[in-house]
Amino acid sequence: MIEVQQLTKRYGAEIAVDKISFNVKKGEVLGFLGPNGAGKTTTMKVVTCYLPPSGGQVLVDGMNVTQEALAVRERIGYLPENTPLYREMITYDYLVFAAEMRGVPSEKQSRRIAEMTEVCGLGDVLAKRIDTLSKGYRQRVGLAQALIHDPPILILDEPTSGLDPNQIVEIRHLITALGREKTVILSTHILSEVEASCDRVLIINNGTLVADGTPAELQAHFMGRQHIQLGIQGKEDDVLSTLESWGKAQLTGHQADHNGAILYDLSADPSDDLRPELFHLAVEKGWVLTELHGVQADLEDVFRSLTT
Amino acid sequence: MKETWTLARRELNAAFDSPTAYVVLFVFLLITGWFFGNGLFLEHVASLRTVFSLAPIIFMFFVPAITMASFAEERRGGTLELLLTLPVRDWQVILGKLLAVTILLWTAIGLTAVYALTIAGLGNPDNGAVTGGYLGLMLLSLAYGAIGMFSSSLTRNQIVAFVIGFALIFTLFMLDKITAFLPGAIGGLLEYLSIDFHYQNLLRGVIDSRDILYYLSVTLVACLLTAYNLARRPE
Repeated sequence: MIEVQQLTKRYGAEIAVDKISFNVKKGEVLGFLGPNGAGKTTTMKVVTCYLPPSGGQVLVDGMNVTQEALAVRERIGYLPENTPLYREMITYDYLVFAAEMRGVPSEKQSRRIAEMTEVCGLGDVLAKRIDTLSKGYRQRVGLAQALIHDPPILILDEPTSGLDPNQIVEIRHLITALGREKTVILSTHILSEVEASCDRVLIINNGTLVADGTPAELQAHFMGRQHIQLGIQGKEDDVLSTLESWGKAQLTGHQADHNGAILYDLSADPSDDLRPELFHLAVEKGWVLTELHGVQADLEDVFRSLTT
Repeated sequence: MKETWTLARRELNAAFDSPTAYVVLFVFLLITGWFFGNGLFLEHVASLRTVFSLAPIIFMFFVPAITMASFAEERRGGTLELLLTLPVRDWQVILGKLLAVTILLWTAIGLTAVYALTIAGLGNPDNGAVTGGYLGLMLLSLAYGAIGMFSSSLTRNQIVAFVIGFALIFTLFMLDKITAFLPGAIGGLLEYLSIDFHYQNLLRGVIDSRDILYYLSVTLVACLLTAYNLARRPE
């Protein structure tokens, strides 16, 4: 549905996006991950036909964003960062404006606005001025204007930034529901969001693509080791020397927890699960075992390893 | 075209939802009305002369004030990005904003028709001059609006937009006042480029196509320059 081919964007002498290539399939929910200034927003601005590419090309539904910009824009619903809206307008008037500008036929406008009000939960604020709304509601109005023409593609730049935890959950549910039928690209810093909502993740750093895959694939590929946390009461020296001579896992750290035990972090090859062996070792040595669990390498580790 | 009109309507609604439109109309009519009434009641002269000579000066201050926000505020607030990712062309956005400003200014001018009707009833006005005057004012305000809009597209800062807009309008207005100090050929050119020169021509009641063309050209050039600024997609 969306093909980005060797996209490069320069702001003067500065290269913001450097030969990025990726595809987005129809109906996919794609997460853009990356530090601030990595080039996520710039990439989105090119796909939405706001900025022209300095090099490479972007095809949306087979149409080039530079040559058929108007047709491409009709297929996209875009919510920029910081949700810019006309603050002095009343919510309802703004939705009417959005509907008209988006080419929603006049006979369908009131129905679409009613649907958007329902889907985005704007019933209570239709008559209020946008600058009197809370951030969460403004975000929803922003989403409503992006959806009002029922576009097949949604591009959301940090849709949950600045929202409180409850609002984040609501928006996330909304995005997940939308993601079932539409192609969604969303950029975010919140890794748990990516794990929760996205089918696939792109990690961008300094203008280049450093990772492209499902969250599980990324975790498996980049963190090729298993991590185990072992908690044992007392006998610190005995444990340390035994683990060292055992040799099947490396001790990457140990610290006291608050319950009188010491936690040992072990790192090993992912081939065999070492937990049963460690259990037997503990029994054999007479250690008091308080904890034994595998630590899943999470997306944050992947992210940090790729972007620092 | 529908989008252009929708944009213009949105801008007008915004102007009338805030004190902007009302203050502009009120103060403009207050000043012109005072001078008109002064002449009429104190000097017993039924003339629109003062209105016609004063209005361009009033507009020189008002129009940059009305237009200073048009692009500057949208850039600052981020709404320009959203606007330019809608399925509309850049020129439709420019035209929509210009249309809104022009409608507001022509409303102000139109409301002075009260004075025109008054003197029509009282005396024997020179209809040619009155028509020329109104045409001149309408064209002049169109050009002012376009220049103001162009200035707004140069910056994120409304004050800077105002000052640049005012400076441009003032310069163009004054160009024919300095011809005395310059050699003949340049003087002729400057005269032709001056807003006031063409306005005075129209005021005489002679509707010369060159004068009309001048204002339309100024408007067009300002719009083209605005389009160029927008195309650069400044942050």
